[in-house]
Amino acid sequence: MSIASSTQQICFLVLSATTVVGSLGVVLLPNIVYSAFLLGGVFLSVAGLYLLLNASFVAAAQILVYVGAVNVLILFAIMLVNKQETLAAIPGLLVRRLLSGAVCVGLFALLLRVALTTTWALPGPPPVGEEATIRIGEHLFTDYLLPFELASVLLLMAMIGAIVLARRDVFSTDVITGEPADQGLIEKDRTPLLIEKSANEPTLLSKP
Amino acid sequence: MLSTGLLGAAVAPPGLDLQSSFIDLAQALGLTPGAARLLWLPLPMVLVLVGAVVGVLVSVWLERKISAAVQQRIGPEYAGALGVLQPLADGLKLVFKEDIIPARADGVLFSLGPVLVVVPVILSWLVVPFGQNLLISNVGVGIFLWIALSSIQPIGLLMSGYSSNNKYSLLGGLRAAAQSISYEIPLALAVLAVVMMSNSLSTVDIVAQQTGAGILSWNIWRQPVGFVIFWICALAECERLPFDLPEAEEELVAGYQTEYSGMKFALFYLGSYINLVLSALLVSVLYLGGWSFPVPVEWITGWLGVSPDSSLVQVITGSVGIVSTILKAYLLVFFAILLRWTTPRVRIDQLLDLGWKFLLPIALVNLLVTAGLKLAFPVAFGG
Repeated sequence: MSIASSTQQICFLVLSATTVVGSLGVVLLPNIVYSAFLLGGVFLSVAGLYLLLNASFVAAAQILVYVGAVNVLILFAIMLVNKQETLAAIPGLLVRRLLSGAVCVGLFALLLRVALTTTWALPGPPPVGEEATIRIGEHLFTDYLLPFELASVLLLMAMIGAIVLARRDVFSTDVITGEPADQGLIEKDRTPLLIEKSANEPTLLSKP
Repeated sequence: MLSTGLLGAAVAPPGLDLQSSFIDLAQALGLTPGAARLLWLPLPMVLVLVGAVVGVLVSVWLERKISAAVQQRIGPEYAGALGVLQPLADGLKLVFKEDIIPARADGVLFSLGPVLVVVPVILSWLVVPFGQNLLISNVGVGIFLWIALSSIQPIGLLMSGYSSNNKYSLLGGLRAAAQSISYEIPLALAVLAVVMMSNSLSTVDIVAQQTGAGILSWNIWRQPVGFVIFWICALAECERLPFDLPEAEEELVAGYQTEYSGMKFALFYLGSYINLVLSALLVSVLYLGGWSFPVPVEWITGWLGVSPDSSLVQVITGSVGIVSTILKAYLLVFFAILLRWTTPRVRIDQLLDLGWKFLLPIALVNLLVTAGLKLAFPVAFGG
């Protein structure tokens, strides 16, 4: 076995172990902050797997979008909303856990069967390597134009929705309930202390 | 990544190629090609790592001396001639400090945070070219890899801010992440305009496209707006002074670094200076012609009547390339330091306004104008 292929094998084993263990951690850890950070690790190791497959553009895009944007936003949300409170015990928690575990095991068995019975060695097109960036760009601007634009419209809708939910003060009535929005709680009017004070007192300049 | 670099170098474009010479030498000494490559691999990495750290020491010394000059002081003087050993003394002091993890902090995340801040910055040196073949790896996605890697940093900052269990640290971490997310977008758009002109993401191709007519063919003349946008965004990404809100001393003690001491603090310090030097190097690659000399080397060799392919000329050309890359980068570092000691800090709302309401639209217009000019004048704008 040559040095290159054994290095590749070691990298593959390490990356896949990180992915599997990390994603189990994301699901199973009780601390949500750990889960979020582990999710970033999982995204990174998936990017590493893309690199092993010679898809460096996809790997870089994976890091930029998932680690740099999605995961950071998740962390932001957790840290801004993070109240240190113990969650109330849900009745029948054990039954729920067992049920969801059973569903996951079933899904895993199904996927395992698909993985084992499918013949994966299909004669695909030759790998393009460094040309991939150009090829992806061509596809995005020709035959995948509509899905690409639809995805961006979806993102725009999500963004407008988030703004509406987060900043109710721009609307005089609540969007969901139709009641007049209580603006005073969200954004207090700034009371310019210095100007008010100086209006009551004679200023330094007016003194003789 | 490394394999693509080897493949890229195997094509052997003109210029100094240390890798193939080294491998030829090793094979002449009786090693197999695989073993020769394995011996070669760590060399440029160690060299670049050492170069990055020395670059940090130089810029720390420059920062001390220039700040002293700005404030009409003398600055460090006794450690070595003109105080050149002062950064080393600072580093040694940090190495010997006690490494404290606060009692109520989250130990694992607290230790992992600084590492996550430094590693992506050092990894980005992978794509910094000092010559046609003088870089670790000519990755096809080149400059995009740097943008992607620099987006990992906010996670490290959030991690150290959160795990310190201190409200100033958390606020600093949140500010740092918000700042670096908002300035990444105009930065990427400015880079995109350059990429559009050179038809490639690879840093080597970007420089090669600027080498036609010496100083006149540098991108700064064709992308003046992009240059300014990139420089502002790079300063914001490095958290340099007009934009150093994450560690604003008057409000946040020291931001996410508040609870750190010893080597972990040194990692943040090192990371920020490596990032500054890296940003300056990338500005010189993207806009100031990288390793190319203001007068093309081919013209000089033509005037002198020597062949540009002879080995002596190639060694001289390579050294001139390295020196001019570093000189351009340090000129920009000098401007960054001057800016730090002469400008006041912006407020957080001014910072976000500047990023989202000014730089982002300008960067979009710049991209659009570049695309239009590329269609109208394909000769000058790389059609």
